[in-house]
This record gives sequence, C-alpha cells and structure tokens, in this order.
Amino acid sequence: MIGQTFDAIVVGAGPSGNAAAYVMAKEGLKVLQLERGEYPGSKNVQGAILYADALRQIIPDFHEDAPLERHVIEQRLWTMDDRSHVGMHYRSDDFNEERPNRYTIIRAEFDKWFSRKVRAAGVTLLCETTVTDLLRDADGRVTGVRTDRGGGTAFADVVILAEGVNGLVGRRAGLRGDPAPEQVALAVKEMHFLPRDIIENRFNLRGGEGVVIEAMGTITAGMTGTGFLYTNQESLSIGIGCLVSDFADSPMTPYGLLEAFKNHPSIRPLLAQSECKEYAAHLIPEGGYRAIPELVGDGWIVVGDAGQFVNAVHREGSNLAMTTGRLAAETVVALKRRGDKATAFHLADYKRRLEETFVMKDLRKYKGIPSFLHGNKQIFGLYPRLFSAAAQTWLRVDGTDKRTKEKEILASFRKGRTLPGLIGDAVKLARAWR
Amino acid sequence: MREDHNGDVAPRVEDKLFHNRYLVDAGRPHIRVLPHEKPSRALLALTHACPAGCYGVNDRGQVEVAVDGCMECGTCRVMTAGTGEIEWNYPRGGFGVLYKFG
Repeated sequence: MIGQTFDAIVVGAGPSGNAAAYVMAKEGLKVLQLERGEYPGSKNVQGAILYADALRQIIPDFHEDAPLERHVIEQRLWTMDDRSHVGMHYRSDDFNEERPNRYTIIRAEFDKWFSRKVRAAGVTLLCETTVTDLLRDADGRVTGVRTDRGGGTAFADVVILAEGVNGLVGRRAGLRGDPAPEQVALAVKEMHFLPRDIIENRFNLRGGEGVVIEAMGTITAGMTGTGFLYTNQESLSIGIGCLVSDFADSPMTPYGLLEAFKNHPSIRPLLAQSECKEYAAHLIPEGGYRAIPELVGDGWIVVGDAGQFVNAVHREGSNLAMTTGRLAAETVVALKRRGDKATAFHLADYKRRLEETFVMKDLRKYKGIPSFLHGNKQIFGLYPRLFSAAAQTWLRVDGTDKRTKEKEILASFRKGRTLPGLIGDAVKLARAWR
Repeated sequence: MREDHNGDVAPRVEDKLFHNRYLVDAGRPHIRVLPHEKPSRALLALTHACPAGCYGVNDRGQVEVAVDGCMECGTCRVMTAGTGEIEWNYPRGGFGVLYKFG
C-alpha cells in the first residue's frame, strides 16, 4: 500500500476518520487510512456517550451489531459543594424507544467495531503507522503523507486530517497553530467494574437502561471544569476535567482531583465495591467557535477534534466528529464526481456544508461561553455553595418561619456575590448563551 | 485487587497507572525536555499537572521527564507550547499506551 496512490488518505481511525473513510469507500473511492495505535481505539479516550443520530446518518442499522452499553433514559445535572449536591434530573420512559437517542459506549470496543465496518466497505487500514509529515508538490499542494513505517510514503488527491486533539501532522505542516492552554481541557477517567445487577439496583435501572451524571462545583477546586459518571453494562466511567490553563495555575494534580471526586459523599456510595481496571487521560478541545482553525487547503481537510469540533456546553464531541467526517467525505466524493481538483477553492464546499448543520450553528451560538466560563470562577465555587446552603435552609424544619428562611437565603446570595454582581453574572450568561 | 477509593490515603499515581497496558519503546522516549538552567513556570507546573506524574525536579532544580507511564494526552505539549521547552512526538506506531477501554 505504501508508495501507492489513492483517491484519499485518512489520518486517524477515531470517529471522524472512520466516518470519513466509510462514506468515501461506500461511494467507490480508493481510500487508505493510517492509525498510529496497535488497533483502532487503542489511543482513543471518551466519556463516552454515543449520539445515535450522527452515526445513523452514516450506518442506519448500526444498533444491530454495534457494541453499545446502555441507552440513556436519565440525565442528572448536579452542582456540588464539598458535602452536598443540588440536582436537576430528567428521566423518561419515552427514552425506552425502538431507536434510542443516546447510548453509553466503551470506545476501544466501539472503535474496533466501526473500523470493521470501514474495512468491510473497502478501506485499506494500516495500524501501528504514525504519519510524520505531509508531502507537497512544488506549488505547496498536499499530495500525500510520509509515515514512520520505514519512512514509507503514500499519495492521494486529498488528505483528510482526522488526527485528534493533538493534531501534530497539521501543526508541523503549519496548517494551524497550537491551541492555547485555555482552549483545551485535560480530563482524567477511570473504568470501575461492578456486576450488572448491582449497577441496575444502584441506579434504578432495568435491562439496558442507563443513567448519566454531569457535575460541576467545588469538585474542580476553583478551576473551570466538570465531572461525570456514566453507567455501562458492567462498569461505571467516572472522570473529571478542567482547563489546562487552570491546571497550570493550581497546585492540584489531576489524579488528586479525580480521587477527591470519587470520595465525595454523593459519589462514593455509587462506586462502592467496584474494581478499577483502567486510568486514562485525554485533552478535550473546548475553545469553541473562536478556536476553529483553517479547515481546508490545497489537498487537505480537517475533521473532528483536530478542528476543535466540540460543543463543551452540551458535552457533545463524537457526534460533531462523525458529522464533520461525513461532510468532508461527501465534499470529496462530489468533487470526484464533477472531476474537480481538491483545491482550497473547491474544498471550501465542506465549510458551506458545515454551516448548514447543527455543527456550526451550535458552535456559533455558544461562541461567548468559553470566555464567560474562563472569566467567572464563582460559577464553580460560590454558586454551588450558595445553592446548597439555600436548599438546606429551605428543607430543614427547625421552628424558623418560612419568610425568615426566604430572607436568609436572599441575604446569603447578596452577601456572597452582591446585587450588582448577581445581575452582572446573569447578564453575562444571557449574552454568552444567546 | 486493591480498593483504591478509600479517602484516607493520598492518591498515588503509580497505583492508577498500574492498571494500564503499555508497549514501551525502550531507549526511544517520545518526549524530551530540552536542556535548561532554570525551568519556566509552565515547565515547573508539569510536576503536578501531568496526569501520569511523568515530570519531576532533579537536585539542580531542572525538570526531567520519564515517559513510561505517559498516556499521550498532550497536556505538557500545550502547556509549554509558548516556552518551547519540550520536544513532543507521538511514540512510534504501535508503541505507547494501549487502552483496553478508552
């Protein structure tokens, strides 16, 4: 394969690369896919939630044989202080549907499955092969890749860079800069195993039902970040992540933060008796719309995390990865059909396609959120404490009359943040959310 | 297997990395700290910010890296991109961390 010429080369075998490779091969293109891991998934980390819609548009009957863990019927959003949490839960039997909307997955299993589909569609996959450079012609057009497999090269009309958050190939080639420390979050995660029936009893689940918990508050020790706990069939995924810039300024270690989260009184009973079998760390692009780099050039396209395609507010990433991979592939297929060259001019059609989907619409909607969160640390410390104290004041029956309790609660917010501070935060949030 | 979420014990990153699978590329570390006299604040921060605890300070106050437990997250690369004190590569194809679950 090395030394040959292809219609397209895909760098990476995560969700975006697999989506791109699959769609192009199904349309008859000759595709080479290169993956540095021993097998697809061996370098990949995610929470992980699979958003069915994005995959269904690529493989409509995926639920028949994909390794899915649990379909999500309940979402818990928690703000936590040191001893409590205030929760907003939504659970519905409507989520027990024939075509569930969200599933928990285990990425190593899922990526292997997706890769089998990709190869069955006709893609040539080379694992244990790290792409080291892009090849260019005299005009600077990208014409292929060089690998660490004996320095072997491969050529193609277009290279799809699905190389993940670190994206070394594109950065070395000068296609984009490094993300700033405040544009990426470091997340650490553990896989905790428990018998299926214990998970189902503990989380009030039947059969394949699942629960996801997303948490914020003092658990991040003043840093901008969130924690999560997801139920799999026979395991729990538990993790916590904060902006890299905050880790740089904090004395906390990522594993110390995770350990403290696991020992929180609201979390610890959920993990009791479990056995940890893996500890993982990964960066998540969280810079949003303003961090998106140049996405196309002569002979290349960027998809997935390498393009910063993550909606941090909604914890969505794999669906953006698959959708950008699919749209890049459809762009390339359309060019091929028309007989157009993969120039920056023609590939810009990918950007137009992105604009028409939820991908760019959502990222644009939340473009102000990253700087809002980065600059308003009280959201992660002060407010969770105030919410918890308010709930406790309200719920404790101690002879104090209710009007006095109301006054106490209002006074605690005024004292904690001042009235102008409260109004300012509300206005800033509303502006960023709009 | 040890129960590792008993809150009384300070977490040891070694106890966590112990669960992971690696194929170590002996003698070819994929990360190198460039020679320096005095580490920048960013470089020094890696001694607590690296999730695998790969970074330490030697007795001359310089930062050193041992990549065996590295999970290839890239935190050190991003944190020192501004100072250029680290040379960061992916491990050779097939080497490095091998996630069983990811």
